[in-house]
Amino acid sequence: MIQALAKKATVRDDVATESQERPAIRIKGLSKRFGSFTAVDNVTIDIARGEFFMIVGPSGCGKTTLLRILAGLEAPTDGSIDVSVEAGSQRPVNSMVFQGDSIFPWMTVWDNAAYGLKMRRAPQAQIKEVVGHYLDRTGLLKFADAYPHQLSGGMKQRVSIARAFANDPEILLMDEPFSALDAQNKLLLQEELLRIWEENKKTVLFITHDVDEAVKLGDRIMVMTAQPGRVKTVVPVSLARPRDVLELQQNPEFGKLVHQIWSSLREEVQRARELDEAKGVRK
Amino acid sequence: MSAHIEADTVRPTRSWKLSENTRDRVISVASPVLLLLVWEIAARTGLIDTRFFPAPSSIFETLVTLSSTGELWQHTAASLQRLFIGFLVGGIPALILGIIMGLSRPVRAIFDPLISATYPIPKSSILPLALLIFGLGEGSKIFMVAVGVFFPVAINATAGVREINKIYLDVGRNFKASRWDTFRTIALPGALPVIMTGIKLGVGMGLVLIAIAEMMGAKSGLGYMIWAAWETFSVEQMYVGLFVIAIIGFVLTLVLNEIEKRLVPWKR
Repeated sequence: MIQALAKKATVRDDVATESQERPAIRIKGLSKRFGSFTAVDNVTIDIARGEFFMIVGPSGCGKTTLLRILAGLEAPTDGSIDVSVEAGSQRPVNSMVFQGDSIFPWMTVWDNAAYGLKMRRAPQAQIKEVVGHYLDRTGLLKFADAYPHQLSGGMKQRVSIARAFANDPEILLMDEPFSALDAQNKLLLQEELLRIWEENKKTVLFITHDVDEAVKLGDRIMVMTAQPGRVKTVVPVSLARPRDVLELQQNPEFGKLVHQIWSSLREEVQRARELDEAKGVRK
Repeated sequence: MSAHIEADTVRPTRSWKLSENTRDRVISVASPVLLLLVWEIAARTGLIDTRFFPAPSSIFETLVTLSSTGELWQHTAASLQRLFIGFLVGGIPALILGIIMGLSRPVRAIFDPLISATYPIPKSSILPLALLIFGLGEGSKIFMVAVGVFFPVAINATAGVREINKIYLDVGRNFKASRWDTFRTIALPGALPVIMTGIKLGVGMGLVLIAIAEMMGAKSGLGYMIWAAWETFSVEQMYVGLFVIAIIGFVLTLVLNEIEKRLVPWKR
């Protein structure tokens, strides 16, 4: 039974002919069940090309599962994902910036950032140029030969971002990339991320539990419900770009949006807590 | 009087300040030298039985004689060669199998029970079997070393791969690393620190087993030299053999530590 459902589920990344009109990502009726536990339930959403799309939700709402399905690390139980790729494109479909320490401790900063390109056997000249560019943009060029243990947490996460950007994917997936950082580093990295993103406006899917971050970075914010994870509401963010993450905090529109998202999220966080307490699980 | 004592206690302890490390080093060199000295005196004054514990000076004399005739080098070279070949014959398959076992559940399910069942067998006890299968020549010696090296390397390689944070394998999949790339860029380097520990254990085990194996039906090697010394009651020669084996073990440890430092530069 489960297998039959799994077969129905598809992740397609085939070439689209009319790519300009089609959304970059079309998620239709996507569900993921682990045994009797439903992590993601019937999520349907279109994400436009070049959109910075934010997902917020209480912990355990299946947002990471959703991203892992998009990254090809989990198979959906039901539903489909369509990623439209420009005709003739050689670029990889997606690259992920993982939550926590994910850069290889046994590689130098340079080799880490070059990983995706090396894996797809890109020509040396291209690797040199692209990796050099993104290490420069992330301020890591002078640490190119350093090993991760010599870097701070913020620098490691910058390597992870450089690695994903250097791979030049159709879409970037970011799973709470700044959650382990202190407030000051977080602010700097948000600024840096926006600056790099402005260069080529890739489609980004970004998970966070930080509402401020969601409003600062996103074009739209999807709020997910507590278990099972469904789409509760999608809020457009009309703040002008390019944005200054510091200036934004004084913007009344910013405050209104943060308040709006928080009110929507609070019910779900409350409900997630009740669910946890009912199960006797301490988070 | 009391003023004098005060001045004395206040005297700066500079000589001790610069020396915590130096002092340890001096002591660690001095203690074996002192032991040899006590041994020498005890042997010359007849405090200990020189039939069992000949004076260090006479052992050294034998060492000089044996090395000048080239006999010692010939035995040392024979042992080292067996150790080296056995290390490769046992270590390389162990490394490959261990890493694959770490990566693949089915492969682990096949080999884990076999390794768990054969690992506790004392390796020295299979020497008669090795002699039966491989005869008295080089084969049985190399086999014994290979067996000694195989287990710690295979077991540590499996453990090393399984200890790799799963997130690194996810990164590999997300960045479309092939099977071979995953092995080469994630499993092998990720497990390397633990593998190096296995290799050190394996070389130690190999050294034990080569000495034992050469005592049975060998015509060369340090194990043979020690055994022959027992048969001719040439106690000094026995000590020379033990001494050279100890030196080999010591040098190999230094070499492996240096190799580890070069292969694992990301560990502080």
